[in-house]
Parts: sequence; structure tokens; C-alpha cells
Amino acid sequence: MTPSMSPTNIFSPAATPARWIAELSQLVLSVTGAIFVVVAGLLCYCIWKYRRRTAADDWREPPQVYGSTQIELAWTIIPVLIVLVLFLSSARVIAATQRADPGRNALQVDVVGHQFWWEYRYPGLGIVTANELHVPASDPARPTPTVLNLYSADTDHSFWVPRLAGKTDLIPNHPNTMWIDPAEPGLYLGQCAQYCGTQHAKMLLRIYVDTPEDFARWVEAQRRPARVVDQDHVSRGREIFQRTACINCHAVSGTPANGRFGPDLTHLMSRETLAAGIVLNNRENLRQWIQNPDVIKTGSLMPAMALDEADLDAVTDYLLTLR
Amino acid sequence: MSTESITWAAAEPVSSTWVERLHGWVTTVDHKRLGLMYILYALLFLVIGGLEATAMRIQLIRPHASFVPPHAFNQLFTMHGTTMIFFVAMPMVFGFANYLVPLMIGARDMAFPRLNAFSFWLTAFGGLLLYFSVLGGFGLYGDGYAPDAGWFAYAPLTAKTFSKGHSNDYWTLSLLVSGFGSIGTAVNIIATVLCLRCKGMTLGRMPLLPWMMLTMSVLVILAVSPLTAAQVMLLVDRYLGGHFFDVQAGGSAALWMHFFWIFGHPEVYVLIIPAFAIASEVIPVFSRKAMFGYPVMVAATVSIAFLSMSVWAHHMFTIGMSSGANTFFVITTMAIAVPTGIKIFNWLATMWGGKIDFKAPMLFSIGFLFQFLVAGLTGVMLASAPFDWHLGNSYFVVAHFHYVILGAIFFMVFAGFYYWFPKVTGKMYSERLARLQFWTFLIGFHLTFDFMHVPGLLGMPRRIYTYEPGRGWDLWNLIVTIGVVFQAVGVLLLVWNLVFALVRGPRAGADPWDAWTLEWSTSSPPPEYNFATLPTVRSRRPLWDLKHPEDPDWKYE
Repeated sequence: MTPSMSPTNIFSPAATPARWIAELSQLVLSVTGAIFVVVAGLLCYCIWKYRRRTAADDWREPPQVYGSTQIELAWTIIPVLIVLVLFLSSARVIAATQRADPGRNALQVDVVGHQFWWEYRYPGLGIVTANELHVPASDPARPTPTVLNLYSADTDHSFWVPRLAGKTDLIPNHPNTMWIDPAEPGLYLGQCAQYCGTQHAKMLLRIYVDTPEDFARWVEAQRRPARVVDQDHVSRGREIFQRTACINCHAVSGTPANGRFGPDLTHLMSRETLAAGIVLNNRENLRQWIQNPDVIKTGSLMPAMALDEADLDAVTDYLLTLR
Repeated sequence: MSTESITWAAAEPVSSTWVERLHGWVTTVDHKRLGLMYILYALLFLVIGGLEATAMRIQLIRPHASFVPPHAFNQLFTMHGTTMIFFVAMPMVFGFANYLVPLMIGARDMAFPRLNAFSFWLTAFGGLLLYFSVLGGFGLYGDGYAPDAGWFAYAPLTAKTFSKGHSNDYWTLSLLVSGFGSIGTAVNIIATVLCLRCKGMTLGRMPLLPWMMLTMSVLVILAVSPLTAAQVMLLVDRYLGGHFFDVQAGGSAALWMHFFWIFGHPEVYVLIIPAFAIASEVIPVFSRKAMFGYPVMVAATVSIAFLSMSVWAHHMFTIGMSSGANTFFVITTMAIAVPTGIKIFNWLATMWGGKIDFKAPMLFSIGFLFQFLVAGLTGVMLASAPFDWHLGNSYFVVAHFHYVILGAIFFMVFAGFYYWFPKVTGKMYSERLARLQFWTFLIGFHLTFDFMHVPGLLGMPRRIYTYEPGRGWDLWNLIVTIGVVFQAVGVLLLVWNLVFALVRGPRAGADPWDAWTLEWSTSSPPPEYNFATLPTVRSRRPLWDLKHPEDPDWKYE
């Protein structure tokens, strides 16, 4: 299978954990494939060779054979040996992946699963963002892996970006951890892989692997407080935002809005998509989302804000300034 | 073996009214009638579960389809899974066990006929409770709705916070009630096999079907009890302020996973061991050879049951267990491949050197052998924990377990239908239609479930009501949905064939397959209480001894 077949193909790994699995899977697939060919071949041969031939058949019963200890032993011992090989090669990858030391250069990111979006916090950098994870590319010569500490705010979720690593679940009250070290900059896709409620299907993952320079620029931009634009309708939008229910759930740094139930909006417009990767983040979709999220994502926990047209435009314009 | 010559008068007066007949069925404690009721009940729910699957496949035929809304889709897969496991597969295997075990061990009924009836009705009401949720989900006011937490109902989705109303309680209660029914039937089968075998039938001479049903029943008791306990704990959480699974008060979501899968994995073997049982009866008869390696088959069955109690957490490789725990569950899971492989080889050796007769039961058994081989090998892939970090919860695992349940278990159930239909009804089905069903269903099965593996390898998770275009999943999902049409036609052909044969079929006679076990020594259909005089056996194949006095089995065993 070629990488072009799918952006989420498990056989086109782009980071070490996924590469180890792909290598192991090649061994497992060839062993199981060989077993299939041998056993299915024997079955086909047997069915063909020993079919009842109506015309020539004398309808006498064939010789009755009750068993054979040697044969039974043979087909017990050979599978035991095969199983041992597969077990040992799996155990090696388990140990290598789970006991790996990410080193002091590792970037720590806290991933919090919510119904139905992802929260990303960079405790070392003081950044909080949502749905689009930025990590630095890791040079194989001087690895800078990213360690993801996985938490859940509500139900179980699972973090699965097939080209980077196998999935690990986010379980409330049960912190987990995983790591990735993608070398190639680019966008890697995935989605929630543990059923978490109505919109489990629309909880997409987007990981942007940046060059170290791009990543540094992104970090710098994210650490700035929210931009303040002093145009009339933007100020009006900000004022509406701050006196309605918006701020119960959303935070915009440097303003009274400090809700943590929904995504942090400080740098909303630095993100390419809305609503966990579902639609492009443009004026039209943003306005629709504020007006009635159900149109885009039925069952989303964000309520329809019931603003009149003018207020809706003002709030949209305000959000559009949050770069 | 003097029972053959005895003819029996119909047990009921011929002129009974339908009310009397209905009363007869409702109040019966006869193992054969209860067995049939189990099977018919399972077939009814098979249709319901199949329609739910069809609705889901229509929704997934292309990206961003809107055939059913998201919450309805979530209810569909919850109900489909719960229905198929608890109200189709379980009653189906209990039906076969109920009908066949007493006949094959030369007994007149189960050990506890009333417990048998009680267990059936518990299971039956359990299924009704599950579907009553559609009306009573909000407690009989407002809209009802079906449970939507998935068939393994992971905490905390089942907590009050995420599952309001009563739909989840109906799910819990229905599994509690039918769980008691399952335990009752299991106790009954164990007692029957251990205490009611006819004269001369030592455990070593017992046919493989009762052996495997015995093993299955032991597993039911071991597996269903923890599930029942977990359901009670869930009710305590929801109504009495317990915190077993309540993560916000320090409970553990992983605890529910352990409880559920310590039921859930042995459950797979509860369902597949009866399929092995049917295969071990059908394959020898249609290959015209004794079962190869009988003692090894018994040992392999028991060791599968034993090992199956130690593998549950391979369903939980992605929850962040320690590397030691992951490694442990890899080796236990892979170890099961050994006795399972032994079984496949023994069936193969039974066919080897035989004269294979491709009647419908044998065709389905051959389909079973191939599909079970594939299911076993994909199972080995999933057992390799790192590989499972990708495959778990993807469409690959969905394809894998449907290969097990449909490709292996249900192919053997169909084989069992055709094999014992002449015994149960005294009528013969149409072989031509049966073959047509086999090929239709085979094509449908492979269209759906072969191609379902692929989107899993390409990163498609299960339980999503829709998916994004551009992921390379579209074509595969389209093919998968097309396969459903063939499967539906196959099931209709089966029903048509059997119903038509029941009404119009030619008489089958007592022993149409020239078979060897005791159920073929009595009339078709068997009379009430099965045997006029209880048989005496000297080997595993009493009818072979009778038909070949010059070369009886007991000389070799």
C-alpha cells in the first residue's frame, strides 16, 4: 500500500513508534500470510483430492483412522515455535515503545480530550490552544521528540494519528502518555478512536509538524496576549462577547473571558479549521457556528447563541481579529 | 439399540385447537421444544439486528451521508451489538445445546426441565426489556430512546451525567435478566451431561458436541457472573450513590473495562465452542470418517476454555497498561492459537482420506474452516500488542470479529440448521436451494467482511456515523455495503427453504445422512422423551457399531 492511498495509512509511518509497528506488522503479516497459504492450500488439496466421485464410487466407507500421536505432536510443537517468535518480536516493540526515554530535549504537551474537541497545553511554554497541535520536527541526529500526556475532561477518547504512532486512550482519572518524533514537516491527520458520545465521528486530529524555525515563530505568536483592535464594530463585538454566555466556556487571554469548558480563542484565527477539524475556519463558517453549531456538528455541546443579525456580525468580526 | 423399530403415536391429540397448541408451547418443559423456541427467538432477533446493521451500512455507503442522524447511528450500533451477542448468538447456541445434548447422550430430557423453561423465558423477557427502552427510555414520559453507550458500554458514558433517562437502565436490566437465564441453562447443561448419560457412555465415549457444550457451559458460569456483578455495580452507581465507575468521585473507568472483558473474551469462546461442536459432528459424517484425534480435540477444547480466562485485557492494549501487563496478555492470547490450530488440523485430518460429500452442511463447514482460519490469523495480528495499537478500535477489528461471529459461528449455525433440520422436522429441505444460499451468502460475506479490513488499515476508527472524504476509505465502504444485499438474499433463501420444506418437503426418515450418533437412532422428529428404552453404547459412534458389526469402533478405542 502506498502512502498516497490514504493520509492515515498505518503502513506509511512518519515517526519512530509508527515505524516500529510497521516493521513488526510486516513480520506478523508475512508469518500469518505463510500460515494461511500452507493451511488453505492443504485444505483445498484435501477437498479436491478426497471429494466423493459419484460415478466411480462404490459407496463403501473409507478406512477409519482414529488419530496419530506423532502428527498431533508435530502440529502442536510447530505452532508453539511460531507463537514464540511472534511473541518475542512483539514484546521487544512493547518494551522499546513504552520504556523509551524521550530525553531532556523532549517537548511536553498535555492533551485533554473533551466532548468533542481536543485541548492542547504546553506547560513549559505557557500556551493553551485547541484542535490543531503544533510540534517541532525531530532531527534523527539530534532528536527532539514530543511527549503527549493524555487526560480526559469527560468520557474516554483515544489519540490516533496512524502515521505517527499507535493509539493511546484518554481516560478520565487515568493519565496516560505517548511520544512521537516526526522528522518530516507537514500535516498529519487522525481522529478520536474511542467512542465518546454523539459526535465521536467529528473529533478529528490535526498535527502540524513544523520546522524548528516555524515552530519557534508559532510559539512566539501563541504566547502573545490577544490582539486588541479598536474599530467600532470590533469593540462592539468584544463587548457582546464579554457580556453574554460566551465567556462561561471560552477564554481570551488579557480579557475577562476565562472559561475553560470550550476551546481557548486567544489565537482562534491562527487555526485553519473549526470544530475539531470539521470545516475551514473562515468568516462564513465561523458565523454559522456561532449562530447554530448544530448545523455543522449536531450534538455539539456549544449552544446556539441566539444573537440577532447585527450582534452576530459584530461577534464574528471580533473573533476574526483574534489572530 | 432396539429403539429404531418402535413407532410412536403423536404426543398430542391431532385435533387440538391453536389455543391448546400455543398453551402447549408456552407451558412446555420439553428440551426439544425449548431448544426450538430458543432458536426461533434468536432468528427473530437476527432479523432485527440485521436490519440495524443494514441501516448503518446505508449510512456509511459514502462520506457525509445523512441517512440516519448521529445519535440514531449510535443507538443502532449499540442495539446491533447487544442484540447480536446476547439475543441472537447466545440463544442460538443454547437452542442447539438444549435440543441436541439429551438426544446425543441418550437421555430423555435435561436434568432440570423446569429450570430450562425458566431460563428460556428469562432470556426472552431480557430481549423484550432491551427493546422496551425505545418506548420507556425516559421513563414513559417524553420520547423514548434506545441505549447508545455501545455494546460494551464503557464508563463513564453510562454514568448519569452522560446517560440521562432510563435507556441505559433497560440495557443493564435486560443483560441482568438474560444473564440469569444463561447461568440457569449452563447449570442445566452441566448437570445433564454429567449425570444423565446413557449406559456405557463414559466421558471418553461421549460425542464431541456434548463435550464442547459442557465446556461452553462452564465458561458461561465463569464469564457471565462477573458481567452480572458489574451490572449490579453500575446500578448501584446510578441509583445508590456508588462510585465504582464514577470517575468524578475517584472511581475507575478501567475497572469497568476489566469487568466487561473478563466476561467479553470468554464470551467469544462461549459462542465459538458450540460452532466447533457442530463442525465436529458434521465434518466426520460428510467425510465418512471417524473424528481424527478425539482425545486431542477434547483436550484442545478444554485448554481453549482455560486459556480464554486469561486473555481479556488484549481488548485493552490501548488503555495504557504497563509494558509488563501488555506483554503478559500478548503471550496468553497468542497461546490460544496453538489449541485452535490443533483443532483446524484435526478437522483437516478427518477429511483427509475420506470421501467428502458436498451436501449443504458440509459446504458451510468448509466455508467455516477457511473463514475461521482467516479469523484466527487476524486474531494473531491483533494479539501482537503494538500492531493492535493501530488495529484496535479500527474497522480492522470490526472485520475480524465479524469473521469470527458470522464467518465461523454463523456458518456453522447454518450447517447445523441443514444437518439437523430433517431430524427436527422429519422433512427434507431442498439441496439445490441450500447450495444457492451457500454461494449467495458466501459472496455477500466476503464482499462485506474481506473489504472491511482495509479501511481499518487506512486509519478508519469504528463507531463513527460518518467519515471525511479523501481518506481513501470511500471505495471500500461502498463494496462493504453492497455485500449486505447478497447476505440479506442468502438469509431469505434459508428461511424460504426451511419453511417450504417444513410444509411441503419430502419425508426425511430417521437417519438421512447415514450418521453415527444417538440422535439418529430415534424417529424424526424425535418422540417426547426421545427414547422408548434408553440405549446402551460401547463406543463414540454407537450407530457405526450397529451398521458395521464386523468392524465396530469399540475394538479400536
